[in-house]
Amino acid sequence: MSSATASPVSTAAAKAAAPSATALTTIDAILADLFARLGNRQDQLLPVLHGLQDSAGYIPPERVPEIAQHFNLSRAEVHGVITFYHYFRSEPPPRCVIQLCRAEACQSMGADGLLEHAERALGCSLHGRSADGTFGLEPVYCLGQCASAPALTINEAVFARVTPARFDALVADIANVDNNSREAV
Amino acid sequence: MTTRIWVPCDSAALAVGADEVAAAIAAQALQRGLDILVVRNGTRGLLWLETLVEVETPEGRFGFGPVDAADVPALFDAAWSPDHPLALGLVEQIPYLARQQRLTFARVGIVAPDSLDDYLAHDGYRGLRNALAMAPAEIVAAVTASGLRGRGGAAFPTGIKWNTVLKAPGSEKYIVCNADEGDSGTFADRIIMESDPFVLVEGMTIAGLAVGATRGYVYVRSEYPHAIARLEAAIALARRHGYLGVDVLGSGRAFELEVRKGAGAYICGEETALLESVEGKRGIVRAKPPLPALAGLFGKPTVINNVLSLATVPIILDKGAAYYQDYGMGRSRGTLPVQLAGNIKQGGLIELAFGATLREILYDYGGGSASGRPIKAVQVGGPLGAYLPESQWDTPLDYEAFAALWAVLGHGGIVVHDDRADMAKLARYAMEFCAIESCGKCTPCRIGSTRGVEVIDKIRASSQPPQLTQHIVLLRDLCDTMLNGSLCAMGGMTPYPVLSALNHFPQDFGQADTSKHAA
Ligand SMILES: Cc1cc2nc3c(=O)[nH]c(=O)nc-3n(C[C@H](O)[C@H](O)[C@H](O)COP(=O)(O)O)c2cc1C
Ligand code: SF4
Ligand code: FES
Repeated sequence: MSSATASPVSTAAAKAAAPSATALTTIDAILADLFARLGNRQDQLLPVLHGLQDSAGYIPPERVPEIAQHFNLSRAEVHGVITFYHYFRSEPPPRCVIQLCRAEACQSMGADGLLEHAERALGCSLHGRSADGTFGLEPVYCLGQCASAPALTINEAVFARVTPARFDALVADIANVDNNSREAV
Repeated sequence: MTTRIWVPCDSAALAVGADEVAAAIAAQALQRGLDILVVRNGTRGLLWLETLVEVETPEGRFGFGPVDAADVPALFDAAWSPDHPLALGLVEQIPYLARQQRLTFARVGIVAPDSLDDYLAHDGYRGLRNALAMAPAEIVAAVTASGLRGRGGAAFPTGIKWNTVLKAPGSEKYIVCNADEGDSGTFADRIIMESDPFVLVEGMTIAGLAVGATRGYVYVRSEYPHAIARLEAAIALARRHGYLGVDVLGSGRAFELEVRKGAGAYICGEETALLESVEGKRGIVRAKPPLPALAGLFGKPTVINNVLSLATVPIILDKGAAYYQDYGMGRSRGTLPVQLAGNIKQGGLIELAFGATLREILYDYGGGSASGRPIKAVQVGGPLGAYLPESQWDTPLDYEAFAALWAVLGHGGIVVHDDRADMAKLARYAMEFCAIESCGKCTPCRIGSTRGVEVIDKIRASSQPPQLTQHIVLLRDLCDTMLNGSLCAMGGMTPYPVLSALNHFPQDFGQADTSKHAA
């Protein structure tokens, strides 16, 4: 990675690394707000689950009974919905979720090699977490960046034409952001 | 005088650093005391040139690309001279763009996606104004006469679908836009939503008027947060200016629109699974009949169409059915927004009248593989589409011509693989993807896909001809069962990539190559 391209990478990585602020701190408050705003028609179940995951980072399994009651559904039904969709998490995510595209267009441009590189760099395998718990490595099937493959996301920010060197730079920048914010505290 | 400089804000550009380029341009302009306005347009779809920066000149918009933030000071030093190594000439004259027929994508890359004024200044909402003066049956007749067929995969005539919904009894009807775009190699829906979102809003509003629906939903996959944000902003702006709401443009007719976010399930692109998902359930495929047109969302008559189908409606209503119908070949009328991706030098969005050949796309537009190695196979139509060997690249892009090859055009995605591709591995991936994404309702798909992975693993591991032959017979049997016994195309079409790989590239499955000479 030449220093000439380091600056765009670090701004973008900082964006990816920025924790999303939320005014509603407790899950009680988050759910109460969602229930009040979205009502209890069943077609609002996915919007409620999205809202909860957006604010809390995941859908705590112990909240399933409460959600089921709100929608007048059985716990099994709500559990069934949560587990059907790959996007919903039942555990808190790591601070940085890296999703590597595993689909065909990215495969044709070296996605397998990039995955191997990422696994080595982070010391974990796909679906796993780095030793310090900062990074999680997950598969995703197409990000709509197939003409600029291979692609990945870090939290919600998307990166394309990712070489192993660019991957290392992104990860290093996030680690730097983390160190800086630790110093600032 | 202010000079405008355009820097795309489509995620294809953001993913390679466009925000940083825009910031660098603004900073340099300030530092040098230059009167420059940075405008954020959508993408032109020349994706290998992103970030493609355009500078206003008396002759038109002059392009530079691919620009990295680090290139910006030197571009200013050179006063954005046409002699700079990154200079591309007038953007509209770049052959890749100039040779296209942009109808659905007419405004894409030109306008700022957050500007309703820009949309209106570039022929926006003319289709809706015409539609408001027409009877519902006339609107449906225009869409039918245009020859438009669904761009989401199945290529069903859009006007005929709308007519069923128009005729269906019921006061409550819905328009649902399928923006799940899960196919690898496709990004045209995403570009519409991020680079010209108003055209989709307008198309859905016209659909509502045509069939008597007052409410629409856009189901967008969760992998597309930028598209969701753009679309929500466009809907809010359209509502504020009276293009949506209880009284669309003072016509007394109502239309409301809402975005619903998917949750990472490929099968929710299948129309009935999508409806289940909008209703708050698991995305399990429904048996047909009833057709969604008669009993769709919440059991009501529902138009469900792909993003591109709906985004093409405004130009049909603006310029007339004949104008659109004039493009194309055979029963494939109008244009196909081709998405060229994978191992290709010049990947991007290429909207062309039906009839161009794959070879033209791959070489005249694509410039060959990105790696510089020979192209081995192209997969057309997403993960359920067939792999085509070189002997088939002179096939015209036409629904019927592809069907005759036992292949599909689908959503128009083309993924290129060079000669290092292992077709047995790609066939295995097709089975694996089906196993991961199957909704689980029927056995051939749910179990068959997992068995398929196992059999292909055995094929790849075996060196003994008798065993190998046995496994291949088994794989063909399994594909047969999936083809004939699956409820939807997930299980029903996974055999397309698998069998096409096996038939055209037997050497990758350890068999003697018999196809080379035939080709
Ligand atoms: C497994 C599967 C996935 C599909 N994914 C999509 C998709 O992502 N987008 C889409 O528009 N159509 C998709 N379809 C096709 C839809 O079922 C349906 O045909 C389409 O939404 C109809 O719209 P159209 O007539 O405008 O093409 C998929 C079908 C299947 C079987
Ligand atoms: S073919 Fe697969 S995805 Fe389609 S209904 Fe059957 S199990 Fe579900
Ligand atoms: S296949 Fe990776 S972004 Fe589409």
